[in-house]
Amino acid sequence: MTFLGINLFGLFGQLLVGLINGSFYALLSLGLAIIFGLLKIINFAQGAMYMLGAFFAWMALSYFGMNYWVALVVVPLVVGFIGILMERFLVRPIAHEDHLYSLLLTFGVALMLQGIFTHVYGSSGLAYAIPEELKGGTRLPFMYLPNYRAWIIVASLVVCGLTWWLVEKTKLGAYLRAGTENPQLMQAFGINVPLIVTLTFGFGVALAGFAGVMAAPVYSVSPEMGSNLLIVVFAIVVIGGMGSIGGAILTGLAMGVIEGLTKYLYPEASTTVIFLVMVIVLLLKPSGLFGKEA
Amino acid sequence: MNRFTKTLAAVAIAAATSTAAVANVSDDKIKIGVLADMGGVYSDLCGPGCVTALEMAAEDFGGEVLGAPIEIVSADDQLKADVGSAIVRKWVEDEQVDAVGGLVSSAVTGAATKVLTDAKKIAMISTAASNAFTTASCSPYNVHWTYNVAALANGTVKPMVDSGKKKWFFITADYAFGHALESVATEVIENNGGEVVGVVRAPLATTDFSSYVLQAQASGADVVALANAGADTVNSLKAATEFGLTEMVDVAGLLVFTPAAQAMDPDTAAGMRLTTGFYWDYDDETRAWSNRFKERHGSIPAMGHAGAYSMAMHYFRAVEAAGTDDSDAVMAKMRELKPDDFFARNAYLRADGRMVHDMYYAEIKPADQRRDNDDILNVLSVIPGDQAFAPMLPECNFAD
Repeated sequence: MTFLGINLFGLFGQLLVGLINGSFYALLSLGLAIIFGLLKIINFAQGAMYMLGAFFAWMALSYFGMNYWVALVVVPLVVGFIGILMERFLVRPIAHEDHLYSLLLTFGVALMLQGIFTHVYGSSGLAYAIPEELKGGTRLPFMYLPNYRAWIIVASLVVCGLTWWLVEKTKLGAYLRAGTENPQLMQAFGINVPLIVTLTFGFGVALAGFAGVMAAPVYSVSPEMGSNLLIVVFAIVVIGGMGSIGGAILTGLAMGVIEGLTKYLYPEASTTVIFLVMVIVLLLKPSGLFGKEA
Repeated sequence: MNRFTKTLAAVAIAAATSTAAVANVSDDKIKIGVLADMGGVYSDLCGPGCVTALEMAAEDFGGEVLGAPIEIVSADDQLKADVGSAIVRKWVEDEQVDAVGGLVSSAVTGAATKVLTDAKKIAMISTAASNAFTTASCSPYNVHWTYNVAALANGTVKPMVDSGKKKWFFITADYAFGHALESVATEVIENNGGEVVGVVRAPLATTDFSSYVLQAQASGADVVALANAGADTVNSLKAATEFGLTEMVDVAGLLVFTPAAQAMDPDTAAGMRLTTGFYWDYDDETRAWSNRFKERHGSIPAMGHAGAYSMAMHYFRAVEAAGTDDSDAVMAKMRELKPDDFFARNAYLRADGRMVHDMYYAEIKPADQRRDNDDILNVLSVIPGDQAFAPMLPECNFAD
């Protein structure tokens, strides 16, 4: 079946693969959208936290025999706790300074973590198998869909949906949004804003850890894995618009599809296309597709 | 460096070489620099391990040549050609380095060899893949020891085409190394009656290869060749297995270093064919050296590590035989003497700087055949050097 010289079955396959990658992007950009968009902290260590998630999953399996499913719960908590420590002892002391300082600080943390893991585990990466329950796949009319990829879509969308609901629809989310908008007023109402900020930072970082565990079976677990993705994810948050959780999720999905189509039609441009979209969006709508007017 | 210091440096070098005529060894030292990616993506392939390998060579040779002590210095090229060539320039101009080993990324190596050739110092290339150092940009001071893209293509591609796998699809890393590997492999395929049915050029450090795997699946190819390295190979192979590609067609890794093979899930990688210049567990000799290396370095040697050691030993032997560290005399001796050790089998250094030696055609072991994670390859056959490496170009014949 072809249309305008393009194999339609091939195209469906590419669209589905794009959607899978998009849901993964959505998951990754979610944590960043919370930290960057709500707290206005540029966390360059988010990629390193994602890397930590994948490495901790590997360590949990190799050193403690902890399987994938347990790791999926435990690792994000551990990574989130590291995030809390980082916010409390590194980011907060310079919170009143220019954003550039937290950017440089978190970038330094990322480089150090990457260096430590390269030193201990080497640069080539570690092997992590797909859990037994998710091996194999389903043959669709137009492609073979591995079970693990189907699981990525489901898990990402559930986590994204829950997070969106938590931030946009609950009282806790309302405190958070109000607290970042007008901290003094919220303090006056007796809300512990610094605590909310710390917990939110920890939550955003935990999401990166979760994404890391999700990635371990399908991508190379290596010290560089985070830095390769981080810039793309930043671009997605910028395209989606600062402060918009829903925007980050939708943009993540859309960018996955656009990138997937580029990989099909002109692979050489696949790493550039997202940045091209970013430039166009910034020129036409500087606050991003779903962002509130700056 | 301004003109005055340049002149000074020139005078210093001239003075150094003139005293060498007396002492025979310039500045009374044999100094080898190790230039490699020390902390980046390629650091497992050579990096700190190459420094260990060269230190082992220096110790095994007795710590001195012609009464002059051997000194090993090292630097991180950060995978940047300009950084690499600046370091090498400083080494040869100000620090009396006699030869530079390591040399990993083909781009950095290209820049470094130019500086070394201008300074008439020897480039001891252990890990770079491009065949340009003994073809398009050959030099009388280049020594390319471990392997090159031509040997990989001849080693892995030819037996598969001969066994009836005629249609090939390439997933190529979109930069100089990937293009070189793809074009040499394509030549081998076409010369042996096969055809290339499709190519995708994936940017370096692509995380998700599933889209390319679907395209490979749709192409109707018999073999999908991975013309990439490191994490790209691991990620593309993971996607190929996940999407069921490995059940339908053969996947050939054109450049798989042992650390990358170790980074692959055994179920994913089992059975993959590859060509390597060295395998640590091949026989007693390779095991003996590799175990010593592992004791010091913590991991089994990749082919570049063994190559770096073997090449350094040959260099020291040549300096001793020549009675001087003058590069021209040493190069002549390196060509004249036959390298013969655990690494270099049936070996000789050709007049274009290509070290021709036995290569190994191997497959990755399935999990149930492995003793541990170091036990990763089955060597299937030995490829004689003259079949593995492409013939010498007449314009690169530097024999006197």
